[in-house]
Amino acid sequence: MNCQDVRLLLHAYLDDELGAADGVAVTRHLAGCEACMQRVRAYTRTRDDLRGADLYRHAPAALRTRIAARLPRPAVVQRTPRRAWNLALAALAALCVIAALFAGWQTLQLRRAAGHALVVDAVSDHVRSLLPGHLIDVRSTSEHTVKPWFDGRLDFSPQVKDLTAQGFELIGGRLDVLDGRQVAALVYKRHLHTINLFQWPGSGAGASVSRTRDGYHVLEWSDAGLRFIAVSSVAKVDLQAFERAFRAVPSAASEAAH
Amino acid sequence: MDTGAIFEREVVRHLDAAYNLARWLARNDADAEDVVQEAVLRAFRFFGGFRGGDAKVWLLAIVRNTFYTQRSQLPAAGSVDEFDEAIHGGEDHDDPQAVLLRAADAQRLHAALERLPPEFREVLVLRELEGCSYKEIASITNLKIGTVMSRLARARERLQRELTRREVAA
Ligand SMILES: [Zn+2]
Repeated sequence: MNCQDVRLLLHAYLDDELGAADGVAVTRHLAGCEACMQRVRAYTRTRDDLRGADLYRHAPAALRTRIAARLPRPAVVQRTPRRAWNLALAALAALCVIAALFAGWQTLQLRRAAGHALVVDAVSDHVRSLLPGHLIDVRSTSEHTVKPWFDGRLDFSPQVKDLTAQGFELIGGRLDVLDGRQVAALVYKRHLHTINLFQWPGSGAGASVSRTRDGYHVLEWSDAGLRFIAVSSVAKVDLQAFERAFRAVPSAASEAAH
Repeated sequence: MDTGAIFEREVVRHLDAAYNLARWLARNDADAEDVVQEAVLRAFRFFGGFRGGDAKVWLLAIVRNTFYTQRSQLPAAGSVDEFDEAIHGGEDHDDPQAVLLRAADAQRLHAALERLPPEFREVLVLRELEGCSYKEIASITNLKIGTVMSRLARARERLQRELTRREVAA
């Protein structure tokens, strides 16, 4: 074995990946060749430096949280699946472990106990809507296109409002299911963020209630016989601005009705 | 034990390894996070097709593919693997005296590693930082074991040259 052979093989030799016969041959060559031995020393040193230099990059906590939120909802937060896809996702129960690490298992259970299934559902729908192909059934920036699309598909008349002037661009809508009933979902964009606004007939406190779940902000309010839940990853103040804008702008629906 | 639990136990626990590889390939935090996030979601979608084996190797292969897909450029096969002139013939670039460095500080190592082509960087990161075997590296990078060996040799010689050059310049 000559120096050129050793020059290739010494890396596998250092990595303990060389077969026994080659290993013996390299060892024998090194014993009699100072030049190759120096290379071995140099590479050994660099390898030790690399391993000792704290170059390993660990996953940031925020990334873990985001991934936990993007993975399908842990089914354990909804023990009685109410929809077909929930049945499919029921298998994912243990993803809770991830969610629990960051949201806090206790908190999760408390929220659940406090009857926030609706919020859990809304955030889940929001997350699912962000998967490719799930966001929009009717794509339009015009309330006059989106509004008629819902007619005939729902047993109520949703409020559809163009908020482009307020900085929230309407990009479309879809039908979704929330807490076991069909709801209208309007999709707005704020910069790169998506806002899902769910609405359905019902009454609750007129004043808005704000929550945070899995890093998403959730705002609930009621108005004119409809209940609303807005979910987004925008800043909380932006979501509050969205609610104010939505409430302030007259609805194409109500105008038409009068 | 259901799919989600298995995914969490087998795959998500390798998130550090996934991020370390992605961060060294992308060379910045934001891109690395994008790559890892997409890779994990892809892994989850494909998890039904995962038939056992080493989940870390499987995840790292997806991370690597995701990175190169996002860049729309796989490294040209074999482009850096001609293990001939550069090492075996011609003039000897790595004079044994010159490569005998004094202990390199972390910053110089970091910079030198970042300057290497991604094909070299990835095998070094997998070997020296992740502690992967040649077989594991071969699975992750979809290379033959012999190619892994020669590429690691080339990568180390390049790294050594980078370090030497900076040392001489300094
Ligand atoms: Zn020799």
